Order: sequence, then C-alpha cells, then structure tokens
Amino acid sequence: MAGCLEAMKPEVLLSGSSFKEAREFIRKNVKEYYEVEPGYRILDVHIIGVPPLYVGIEGENIVFPYTKPCHGTFVVKIPGSDEIARLRERKRK
Amino acid sequence: MVETGNLKNEALLLLGCPQVPVQTSLALYAAHNLRRQGCRPVIAGTPAARKLMEVADPGRCYIDEMNDLDNMIDEIAEKQRDFKLCFVFIHNDSGVAYAGTMAYISKARVYALIFGEHAEELAGEIEFPCEIIAAKAVHNPMPLKRRLDEVMQWPVVSKL
Repeated sequence: MAGCLEAMKPEVLLSGSSFKEAREFIRKNVKEYYEVEPGYRILDVHIIGVPPLYVGIEGENIVFPYTKPCHGTFVVKIPGSDEIARLRERKRK
Repeated sequence: MVETGNLKNEALLLLGCPQVPVQTSLALYAAHNLRRQGCRPVIAGTPAARKLMEVADPGRCYIDEMNDLDNMIDEIAEKQRDFKLCFVFIHNDSGVAYAGTMAYISKARVYALIFGEHAEELAGEIEFPCEIIAAKAVHNPMPLKRRLDEVMQWPVVSKL
C-alpha cells in the first residue's frame, strides 16, 4: 500500500474483491458518494478502475476503492480531512 | 502538460503481478520487437515483475528504462508524461482495472494482453476502448505470442 495511505492505517471494509464488487459495495453501503474519474488522486494514491468509480463520505471519513496488482481491490476508509470538501464540490450522485 | 504531437516514439509496457509465468517472457519479446522497430520500450511494474525482467535480461539487451508501477500511473495521471503505445499485461481483475485506467488517463493506443487460465472471461469484462489480444497461455507463451504478432504486425509500429 502506498506510503502515505498506509501510514494512516486505513480500515479495510472489503478485501480481495473485483473493482466492480468494490463499486457496488460503496454504492450500496455508503449513503453519500461521488463519481470520480480513473486516476483521481487521494493522498498519494490514484484510484484505479473502470468508470463509474465512486468515493464515499461517512461522517469525517472517506471510503474508496484501492487496487493492488496482486491482491485485487479493497474498499478502505480513512479520515477525510480536505478530501471531503473537494468531493462535495462535485455533483452529488 | 504533455502534448500528443510532442510524444516520443516510446511504448509503455505495464506489468502487474508476475504470478503467471508467461508474463516476463512476453514482455521481453514485446520489448525486443519494439526496439527493432525503433520504438523505445519503457517498463512499469511491481517490484517482483521488474526483478524478473532484470534477472532475465542482465545485459539489458531488450529492456531499457524501468519504473515503479504506481509512480508511472502518477506521472501519467498528472499529465507529466505519456506514450504513443501502451501494452497492459493482464491475468486478473486488477489488470483489467489498470488497463481501464490507462484507457482513460493516457492518450496512448492501449493494447490489453490477456493471458492465464481465465483469459477469455477477462477479455469479456473489457468494455473500454482498447485492442484486445487474448489467449489461454499460462506456461507456454506461444499462443499469445502468435496473437500478438498477428495484431501488432510489428513493422506498423515504426510508422506511428
């Protein structure tokens, strides 16, 4: 996992899934979510996948898919900080 | 900002998890053909994928520049670098996700090289613009090598 993200010790909500399963997990389990483009940057990672890709907001946290080449896609939750405002500037889905 | 017209004659070879044996062999083969056609191969991959390439080609006869996979995605997504061609090596769902990302963030012509036990199913998952080159190849690279040769018709690469 990328250094900065790893240092935040993200909570893993879903592991070893496909990017489509991760997309559905966020869509079904997070009330507030936004569509982002492939390559959208969160901290030191870029969101990998095929559109539509979703990043969710839960309280003060953000929920997003994180893809590793050997282990599939994870859905992780980390403190949102400035990312939340940036997401809310996008059209709410 | 990278301008399309200013792109060098370079091709990116994107290597994911090297779990399936044919990946390294096919990547070296593709790099060799690209070099022969005057197109500089640039490899981006996981640490293990890059180590396999380095050990297989200690004299750097085929490979040239090698980069970390995430760093390369970062450079392309931030519009600091781009390529004319991009070959994404795929044998799992993550590979499809990386190819889809490249199709979106890069101006390169994207080739999805799909291999492994589930090559056909993975090929069916691809719904974004790219050239699909798929064969059920695990240990024997020849089925995919033949498909690659058919699709690429290597001399064409030099005319890009």
